[in-house]
Amino acid sequence: MLELRGVNAGYGTFQALFDLNLDVKGGEAVGVIGPNGAGKTTLMRVISGLIRPSRGSIKMEGVDLVATPAHKIVSLGIAHVPENRRLFSQLTVDDNLKMGAFMKEARDHYAERLEVVFDLFPRLKERRHQMAGTMSGGEQQMCAIGRAMMSNPKLLLLDEPSAGLAPVVVQQVFELVKRIRASGLTVLIVEQNVQQVLKVVDRAYLIEAGTIRSSGTSAEMLASDTVKEAYLGV
Amino acid sequence: MGMQAFLDVFDIYLLEAVINGILLGGVLALLALGLNLIFGVIDVTWICYAELVMIGMYGMYFMVQYYGISYFVAAPLTILLVAVLGAALHYLVIAPLLTAPPINQLLATGGVLFVLQSFATVTFGIDFRNLGIRLPVLAFGDMNFSYARLLSFVAALVGMVAVYLFMTRTFTGTAIRAISQDRQIMALMGVDAKRIYLITSALGGALAGLAACLLVLQYDVHPFVGLSFGPITFLICVLGGLGNFIGGFIASFVFAEIISLGGLFSDLEWGYVLAFAFFIVMMFIRPAGLLARRR
Ligand SMILES: Nc1ncnc2c1ncn2[C@@H]1O[C@H](COP(=O)(O)OP(=O)(O)OP(=O)(O)O)[C@@H](O)[C@H]1O
Ligand SMILES: [Mg+2]
Repeated sequence: MLELRGVNAGYGTFQALFDLNLDVKGGEAVGVIGPNGAGKTTLMRVISGLIRPSRGSIKMEGVDLVATPAHKIVSLGIAHVPENRRLFSQLTVDDNLKMGAFMKEARDHYAERLEVVFDLFPRLKERRHQMAGTMSGGEQQMCAIGRAMMSNPKLLLLDEPSAGLAPVVVQQVFELVKRIRASGLTVLIVEQNVQQVLKVVDRAYLIEAGTIRSSGTSAEMLASDTVKEAYLGV
Repeated sequence: MGMQAFLDVFDIYLLEAVINGILLGGVLALLALGLNLIFGVIDVTWICYAELVMIGMYGMYFMVQYYGISYFVAAPLTILLVAVLGAALHYLVIAPLLTAPPINQLLATGGVLFVLQSFATVTFGIDFRNLGIRLPVLAFGDMNFSYARLLSFVAALVGMVAVYLFMTRTFTGTAIRAISQDRQIMALMGVDAKRIYLITSALGGALAGLAACLLVLQYDVHPFVGLSFGPITFLICVLGGLGNFIGGFIASFVFAEIISLGGLFSDLEWGYVLAFAFFIVMMFIRPAGLLARRR
């Protein structure tokens, strides 16, 4: 479904990703783990078009994303839940969800999509007229994921959805990722909670200093010495 | 004339002045809304805002006086004309300077101000021109209200309500509110930020165009007419908190009342002087504006 080949990317003269290859097949859940500053967020941004690669190719179902304007990438079925949620905090929950359905294809099915999202997050329905910025961290994360789901994506990019949340809420977020998966969505998820994320994904990549250090199935990663030592504290 | 009779007359004048202040406030609020919209969403100040209004007034003058088009046909055409001007201003002047320091943007729109003034002087001359439409005066008891002012007030309110509905009910309007909060992630929503800026600029222009249609009913047009309401519009926006729509709305009526009541005690010019003095005092008391800017 998604295919990155030899991707270089960065900010100005600073290069953050080096010759990256990555694949996500339809229906899979794939994890991306690695230390702070490794380039995980940069990887998500380069997929959704927020930054453009300086080299390499990115394809979604065969369509070249590098040649697609950033604002058209979402209509190819890629929804990105950015790091730190990035809600429109001074807009209501309703308005945030509306923004998620901005593109024409989603706008035409706005009411249906709203129902799907409210089904997934009944809490958002109760809070629909509240300013997004005044909600709890967990509710805000639901809103951010809900906003992404409004576009009816095929591939959901999640950048540290559990960051800054209480342990109980972290648990809920991972439950949610499982449910989203079960509904047939393909998921690419960046996480610091290595132990937990490896329980919900099929495969994972370990990124360090902008390159893929290792990759494999969840079981392989859990058993790998590199991962164990550096991230599982074993 | 006894003291009582004097007071009676005075009260009538007072009430008349208060009501005229409200009527003036409506048009000022319309002007302030356009400027605030541009500032709040795009984060630039159109120094030449009042000159867009001036061009619109000339548009009305030529369509109505020269070509004999009816006022109510000319008005939407003028609104469209100034909307296109607003979009062009953004596309040609603002967009290339979006990431430039604010001072460069100010200088650029300040330059456009002089270009528009000079263009009007060279093309239309410095004569004062008017529509030649003399609307009746409405007598209400002992008070007199100009029909033009009433019409302007109602039209300004209708314009502001239309903008409110557009901003709150439509996808594009919601995107305009969203983009002022987080421009970078708009692409993730499938929004082309450049397009939203153009639409916002056209909307700001349309508001200037509507104001032009209303002001031309009451004032003569000449190349420097922008100077008679441009500065006051800026003061209102600053007092209300730049980019704060509600603050701008309130400040419009505060200023309008000061001007109108000040004019009661002396000339209208003194009303303006009072308004400026009030502004300076307020800037010491509340530097961030009546209501601090919502961010
Ligand atoms: N906007 C930016 N401008 C310049 N450099 C940036 C920018 N964003 C990130 N970087 C740099 O790029 C590198 C990769 O950052 P990135 O945010 O992708 O890391 P990350 O793996 O997501 O880290 P974390 O786990 O802390 O979120 C870092 O060295 C960072 O300093
Ligand atoms: Mg990150």
